[in-house]
Amino acid sequence: MRDISLHILDIAQNSLAANASLVEISVEETSDYIEVTIKDNGKGMSEEELKKVTDPFYTTRKTRKVGLGLSLFKQNVELTNGSFSIESKPNVGTVVNAKFNRHSIDCLPLGDLLETFITLIILNPDTDFVFKHKSPVKDYQLDTRELKTVLNEIKINEIPVINWIREDYNG
Amino acid sequence: MKKTIADLEKIRMEVLKNIDLRNSKEEVRIVVGMGTCGISAGAREVLNALVEEINRRELKNIKVVPTGCVGMCRLEPMFDVYKDGEKVTYVEMTPEKARQVVVEHLVNNRIIEDYTIGKRAKE
Ligand SMILES: Nc1ncnc2c1ncn2[C@@H]1O[C@H](COP(=O)(O)OP(=O)(O)OP(=O)(O)O)[C@@H](O)[C@H]1O
Ligand SMILES: [Mg+2]
Repeated sequence: MRDISLHILDIAQNSLAANASLVEISVEETSDYIEVTIKDNGKGMSEEELKKVTDPFYTTRKTRKVGLGLSLFKQNVELTNGSFSIESKPNVGTVVNAKFNRHSIDCLPLGDLLETFITLIILNPDTDFVFKHKSPVKDYQLDTRELKTVLNEIKINEIPVINWIREDYNG
Repeated sequence: MKKTIADLEKIRMEVLKNIDLRNSKEEVRIVVGMGTCGISAGAREVLNALVEEINRRELKNIKVVPTGCVGMCRLEPMFDVYKDGEKVTYVEMTPEKARQVVVEHLVNNRIIEDYTIGKRAKE
């Protein structure tokens, strides 16, 4: 995976596959670390499943024998001497947290976080998202539930709305 | 510029106006592979190119939806186009190729055989 924003898109796909109706993605940057948290209210995992989940040879999918997403993410965080954790409860949801150490030469670049947010909205207009991006020069938050109360019958993935989000983020 | 809720209200009214003008005849469905293999091969950029080109040409009634890994990771990024009761699978896509598919397949009704997986299944 080329950068952290693509990892986030990939990990969020797990939340969507777990039928989450709300996915909260938070990215906090300092000069020392990049911390990523992805929280969902999807179907969650049992303790048994959770133990196996970062094992690349574990997956519930039927089209392939190995799952890659979580183990790859964990591996890329740990390469930087960062920290990785995943918590999950059946019928409650899952929280994935990763802290990349920016001082490591193996730390991936953040990449285009806005494109990841927008891709998620375009493909999943009926799912709710909370996006947060905090850095020394940015304090951004978007809650799609708030947008939807204004938009009413208009889909959030209509292009003028997407352009509004782009400008809001870059503002 | 930081946008406001008032801007969003305006957008809502504009979109509502345009929706009335749309003829809601049959839909085209594009299913994009968004598994780990797809994303690491460039699916996000391919998807964004699709959406951009569809909007640039003001094509209506096209739905773009995600799917997971379908077990052909080496051929990612890939997507299926469902149109006129037929499914066509495009493989090893790039943003540029995806734009060509929009123009040729969706606008001109010509499948780009060179980009397909080769097996076209009647639905
Ligand atoms: N947020 C989540 N909620 C519920 N189950 C999850 C969640 N994240 C992961 N899982 C479970 O863990 C398994 C492994 O996830 P992982 O992302 O590593 O691989 P995958 O999604 O199966 O395949 P890939 O990511 O390679 O396309 C999933 O198949 C799923 O069963
Ligand atoms: Mg996955």
